[in-house]
Amino acid sequence: MTNPNIDLKPLSEFIVDEAPERYIYDMNSGKHEVAIATKGLQVRYGDKLALSEGDLSFERYKITSLIGASGSGKSTFLRSLNRMNDDVATVSGKIMYRGLDINSADIDVYEMRRHIGMVFQRPNPFAKSIYDNITFALTQRGRYTKEQLDEIVETSLKQAALWDQVKDELNKSALALSGGQAQRLVIARALALKPDILLLDEPSSALDPISSAQVEDTLLELKKDYTIIIVTHNMQQAARISDYTAFFHMGRAIEYDLTRKIFTRPKVALTNDYISGNFG
Amino acid sequence: MRRLFDEELADLDSSFTEMGEITAKTIQAAVQSFINHDREGAHKIINNDFKINEREAAIEKKSFEMIALYQPVTTDLREIVTILKAVSVLERMGDQARNIATSTIRVKGTKHIKKVEEQLGEMGELVAQMVSEVMSYYVQNEALGAETIAAKNHELSNNAAQVRTDSVNAMKEDAQLVDSAADYLVIAGYIKRIGDYTTDIAEWIVYKRTGKIIELNPGYNYFI
Repeated sequence: MTNPNIDLKPLSEFIVDEAPERYIYDMNSGKHEVAIATKGLQVRYGDKLALSEGDLSFERYKITSLIGASGSGKSTFLRSLNRMNDDVATVSGKIMYRGLDINSADIDVYEMRRHIGMVFQRPNPFAKSIYDNITFALTQRGRYTKEQLDEIVETSLKQAALWDQVKDELNKSALALSGGQAQRLVIARALALKPDILLLDEPSSALDPISSAQVEDTLLELKKDYTIIIVTHNMQQAARISDYTAFFHMGRAIEYDLTRKIFTRPKVALTNDYISGNFG
Repeated sequence: MRRLFDEELADLDSSFTEMGEITAKTIQAAVQSFINHDREGAHKIINNDFKINEREAAIEKKSFEMIALYQPVTTDLREIVTILKAVSVLERMGDQARNIATSTIRVKGTKHIKKVEEQLGEMGELVAQMVSEVMSYYVQNEALGAETIAAKNHELSNNAAQVRTDSVNAMKEDAQLVDSAADYLVIAGYIKRIGDYTTDIAEWIVYKRTGKIIELNPGYNYFI
């Protein structure tokens, strides 16, 4: 019996010695719903070009990891997606979200950030109670009844898998939480605004393996309702949780593909070297 | 930058290729002792089989350790997986050599068919050569050589079919040849199995080089 999953093509077809210099997965080739996409994105810090040709599309309800060495442009790319670079850099090109170019001048950045939330490397809870951390942004911009706020606090803490641990002490200072709990509180805070896309910049690099695993579980749970884009230096983390992986090198996205392909047979030699720790 | 991993992988690699050479020599010796009715040589092969088994266990243990410690991906992972899969194949080849040796000791017939014994000798040479070749393709990371191995294995199957025809015909003509001829059939089967194992290793070399899993011998599943 011949296994249908086994290739019977001539061997010469499998062997491609000239690896492509760059391989970008074409999201438009299949049935993918694109949540956010960049076109000709360039970021300059003064004269220095930090990111060029960042043309990437991100699939809805999937986790995409951005990997690459420090200074490769992955965080610059991530931060550009919700205009965090506006004050420090010149960002040109288009960022398409729901048919709008959110990189254009007439976009209300604060409103946009309600849809595209960001979680940073170090958990940064406000010096307020757990409850107030979550409701702070909401009460600044809108009117909510106590019941509505209670419900939002409960829902977002549940989504971030923190509710059971803190439900009896919501008035306790958020600064008393452990690293893993604080990071999940920050995720809950971002979720309270009911975003569509969640951007995470090395969300578990400051956490121990157990807290890190809790954050990963939370993200896997969240991708049912959110599109997640995460920058990580932890290769195993990228391999464990993400559906897609983009590899950045010297300000360019060099390879972007399904994570299982990147970690088993990447098309570009540089990607192979980076993820197997064979750099330099 | 030379990684510690690379050094350990190079060690693993050389102990795997060494095991391949030992296996190829054992197969050749097993077939030779059968043809020469050399029971002493056959005993030596049986008594040495544990060395191949021990080496397999050592290579497996080292591979598991490297996977746990270095968590290799892509080409590194493929190399370890290839060794891990191919080392079991080598061990099974060693078992077939031991089977041939057991038949040599057991052989009862006093009347032999010279032509068939010569054919078996040629098959033994061919299959031992295939094992050495596939190991050198492994060393050179030469995936295209796998097709050559598959072609040789096809030749080996044809030879085995010829041994079968000749043995059956001889048995029909002279009942005194039945004891020997029955052994010839079994030996041809063992050698053919070793040939199939060689293409299994060739398939893993293709995987190591390209990441694709292929099938080189679809459908040749008869014993001989």
